[in-house]
Amino acid sequence: MFKSVGKRVPRFDGIGHVTGKTVYPSDLSMPGMLVCKTLRSPYHCTRIHFIDTTEAEKVPGVYSVITHKDVPHNLFSMVPDHHVLAEDIARYKGQNIVAVAAVDKSTALKALSKVKIEMEELPYVIDPVEAMKEDAPKVRPEGNLRVFDDVDTVRRIRRGDVEKGFAEADYIVEGEYWTPNQEHAPIETTASLAYLDGNGKLVIHSKTQGLYFTLGDLSNVFQLPLNKLKMVGATIGGAFGGQNSIHTDHIAGVLALKTGKPVKFHLTREEEMMYTTIRSAWRFKIKDGIKKDGKITARYVDVLEDCGAYTELGLYALEKNVNYIGGANKIENLAIDGRLVYTNKMPSGSMRGFGVNIGQYAEQVQTDKLARKIGISPFEIRLNNAFKEGDENHVGNPLVAVSGIETLQKVAKMAGVELPKEYQEMSSK
Amino acid sequence: MSKVLKFVLNGMPVKVVAEPQETLLQVLREKLSLTSPKCGCNHGDCGSCTVILNGKAVKSCMIIALTVEGKSVVTVDGLGTDGKLHPVQQAFHEYGAPQCGYCTPGMVMAATAFLNENPNPSYDEVKDALAGNLCRCGGYQKYVDAVMAVAKGEFGPIPKGSDVDV
Ligand code: FES
Ligand code: FES
Repeated sequence: MFKSVGKRVPRFDGIGHVTGKTVYPSDLSMPGMLVCKTLRSPYHCTRIHFIDTTEAEKVPGVYSVITHKDVPHNLFSMVPDHHVLAEDIARYKGQNIVAVAAVDKSTALKALSKVKIEMEELPYVIDPVEAMKEDAPKVRPEGNLRVFDDVDTVRRIRRGDVEKGFAEADYIVEGEYWTPNQEHAPIETTASLAYLDGNGKLVIHSKTQGLYFTLGDLSNVFQLPLNKLKMVGATIGGAFGGQNSIHTDHIAGVLALKTGKPVKFHLTREEEMMYTTIRSAWRFKIKDGIKKDGKITARYVDVLEDCGAYTELGLYALEKNVNYIGGANKIENLAIDGRLVYTNKMPSGSMRGFGVNIGQYAEQVQTDKLARKIGISPFEIRLNNAFKEGDENHVGNPLVAVSGIETLQKVAKMAGVELPKEYQEMSSK
Repeated sequence: MSKVLKFVLNGMPVKVVAEPQETLLQVLREKLSLTSPKCGCNHGDCGSCTVILNGKAVKSCMIIALTVEGKSVVTVDGLGTDGKLHPVQQAFHEYGAPQCGYCTPGMVMAATAFLNENPNPSYDEVKDALAGNLCRCGGYQKYVDAVMAVAKGEFGPIPKGSDVDV
């Protein structure tokens, strides 16, 4: 019946991979290509008093040394609050401040060593809970908590009445769950090659996962109409969400425009690990009310996302998180408070699930805890509360093609778990 | 002081000017435009730059180029004969081991050198042989299974001779 399911199907591009002929962005080069290197913030929070690039520009083989003043529009990313090159304050360790394009790597590094820069280390905050305190160092001028829709620092989801639900419960079960930051760590480090074609169009060979996101974002950075900018995607050596954020395309592009020459910006392994976007760290505090028969009567979740120093994709991740953190459970009384806090760390990117499955880690561990509390199996607690066809999810959307119960029944079978008869007979219909 | 370096690359003699601090990986990628060996870390940690040097798998980012004078270097480009893939390449392809493929050239070289030395390995020996090659996409098991399949002869005999062990 199936042509492909359950069969070994070689990849359409597999021959290129096993013969080493697949070309990745980091493999590209062009005649006369310049190499880009950047000066990065040495502290978690740095005030930049002044930058003098005169001596750096004099190094033989250097074509251009740029600061934020050379960037046509210095803000980028989905929520455009991140600087292409830092202005008066660099808000995380490793933030780009100065960029050089030179004939080769050693010349570029030599030029960077000649940049005169006066900086001062400012107080910083790394811990998201500390960052929420009144007297915490300010990561961002507008405050350390993101203000949603210009009115509120809490993103709320409300359904029913949680207090009533807790009052109806036989037990209250609480849990607190933390997840750390995580680097995507693709084996190919980020690389861009930017050049001007014969008609003056800026072409960027990019490692991006979101070619059109990047195109729109960068046309703004370069202040170029879309027909003057061409993004070229490629087979890439791993992304895992990390390439939804721009790490090298913007700076390579500005330098190509400045010099009129091809410019390659290829991160080292250290730069990739230390200074690119990461999966944000999260804290979840869950309070559940549950009946002896295993029915969840109310759930309250306090979500805290550590977004790093710039919003990047952290806002998107939080929005998705609060929508899904209630889990695949029909819960009549639900309240979720989500907060996004800025700290002096690398900005939060997307990583495998945009904040959804990281929340599921907490939700699933908590659900097991509920099962233990009332002495039923992990299958039974989930089956008792599972959504059914036509139910509304926690934010009011009708659910269609629901198959949670059938999936759990199948999992139980595969795991060799014999479910009690009434659970075997349940259905999502 | 730069020097003229002569060695045999995939069976062909090559001559290239190299600096004393340059690595074999740099010379292959930047001077000879051979980009199949990848530079995942430049620190000897990831294995994406693996090539076969005089029959042994080495991490080319950890080899000073001038030390390969007179030696034989084989990259993935040197495998396979008459338009046919080497059994290790064929097996990796058919097992769907590569995903993004960035680690694959290094994996192919590590596996090929290993099978030349140990044509009848145990599963654990294969795992051990590939332990220096990171795959972030996580295809480890398929890589190991594919090497076992080659060892069992599923993909035909491994060509001997000029290819690898010069
Ligand atoms: S690049 Fe040589 S081991 Fe990673
Ligand atoms: S296939 Fe992507 S790193 Fe191995």
